[in-house]
Amino acid sequence: MSLTREGIAYRVAQDLPEGAYVNLGIGIPTLVSSYIPEGREVFFHSENGLLGMGPIAEPGHEDPDLINAGKQYVTLLPGASVFDHPTSFSMIRGGHVTHAVLGALQVAANGDLANWRTPGEKVPGVGGAMDLAFGVHNVIVTMTHVTNKGKAKIVAQCTLPLTAPRCVKHLYTDMALIDVTPEGLVLREFAPGLNPAAVQALTEAPLRVAPDCREMKVPAAFHAAQAAAR
Amino acid sequence: MVDKTLKTCEEAVAGVFDGATILLGGFGDPGLPGQLLEALRLQGAKDLTMVHNGSGGGTHSLGGLIHDGKVRKLIASFPSNPGNMSFQEKYLKGEIELELVPQGTLAERIRSAGAGLGGFFTPTGAGTDLAAGKESRMLDGREQIFEKALHADFAFVRAYRGDRLGNLNYRMAMRNFNVPMCTAAKFVVAEIDELVPVGGIDPEDVHTPGIFVDRVVECVRHPEYLKITTEGR
Repeated sequence: MSLTREGIAYRVAQDLPEGAYVNLGIGIPTLVSSYIPEGREVFFHSENGLLGMGPIAEPGHEDPDLINAGKQYVTLLPGASVFDHPTSFSMIRGGHVTHAVLGALQVAANGDLANWRTPGEKVPGVGGAMDLAFGVHNVIVTMTHVTNKGKAKIVAQCTLPLTAPRCVKHLYTDMALIDVTPEGLVLREFAPGLNPAAVQALTEAPLRVAPDCREMKVPAAFHAAQAAAR
Repeated sequence: MVDKTLKTCEEAVAGVFDGATILLGGFGDPGLPGQLLEALRLQGAKDLTMVHNGSGGGTHSLGGLIHDGKVRKLIASFPSNPGNMSFQEKYLKGEIELELVPQGTLAERIRSAGAGLGGFFTPTGAGTDLAAGKESRMLDGREQIFEKALHADFAFVRAYRGDRLGNLNYRMAMRNFNVPMCTAAKFVVAEIDELVPVGGIDPEDVHTPGIFVDRVVECVRHPEYLKITTEGR
């Protein structure tokens, strides 16, 4: 059993603290904003100069001058601000943005992140990935635990070009929640129906099992098997 | 009387010469000077070095200039958007040079040029493929690499309102690269939605002071852009 993409996003959202300033990458990270617990104030930042970003604009209510870094038409919440790129990246590089939720192709046992060059890609593009990975203290990675060919993405050493060395703090996958610590990777939670041995079998890097390691608490709607059955 | 207004985009781009380096504002459509770009494409200058976050989505944007073979080199952070076919084709044929720069570093290199600085040290990129050939130092206990200021001959941006003194005001996400770009080129032109009388922009709402701007041209939004506007409202 594993989690859906929404399930991964839901699990991350539960751990973002009140008052966090959060930048969300494209893909699973974008979904995180939908699952922040009611009443918790979390501020979303977009590289192109938005803080206090709200949901995607309703069809017919798009403002042509208001997009996010993924070029989607978005909204602003009361208390939001808009600014230029140097200010936006001062927030990132200067460590003011407290959390970055990013996708990844590979993460190594020491927190090395590879997410900017895919194997076989023709044209390179880096965007704000390196600025976020180097600048933000809490780099959270969301991804599927293995590639679509079943290969491990949590590896002893990255074989793909690095986005930044030793930057990842937490890993949320469809199978597990793993912390990156100075002593290596620590398994804190596993998806419903799995167990630590099953997670380790799909993880190239060695995992230490936390003393309080437990099954993840995620609503049944986000369990992949249930989602498929619906 | 100082008057920086021009009637047409053709006049605004008339001075662009072969081999010029041009800062092109905008991130996505907000702040992108689509009319100036089209005038530049028709003007015919070639061997251009264009500085922009991406590589242009459609033929109406930077993509058109690249498609026509006017761009020798692109300095960008995200030229790889799957929709950017013009750039992809030229790049794969080896007909265009690419300097890939992290987005925050690109903005800061432009800001540095406008602020009269030679460059700066940043941790971004240290120890990665993008650090190749760059000076590196340990600062505050962290490896940092030197990034040079990025000067240009021209900057083309879009703003919301402007006056004859060159003061500019932006809406929402239009500011992006435009604010630093206006400071970093020898000749700066802003395409604006609305020309207002001097004093028409409250001093507290002037985002780019007129000292940085050489010319302003009032023009309706580019048809591709206008389409989104009318559908969206």
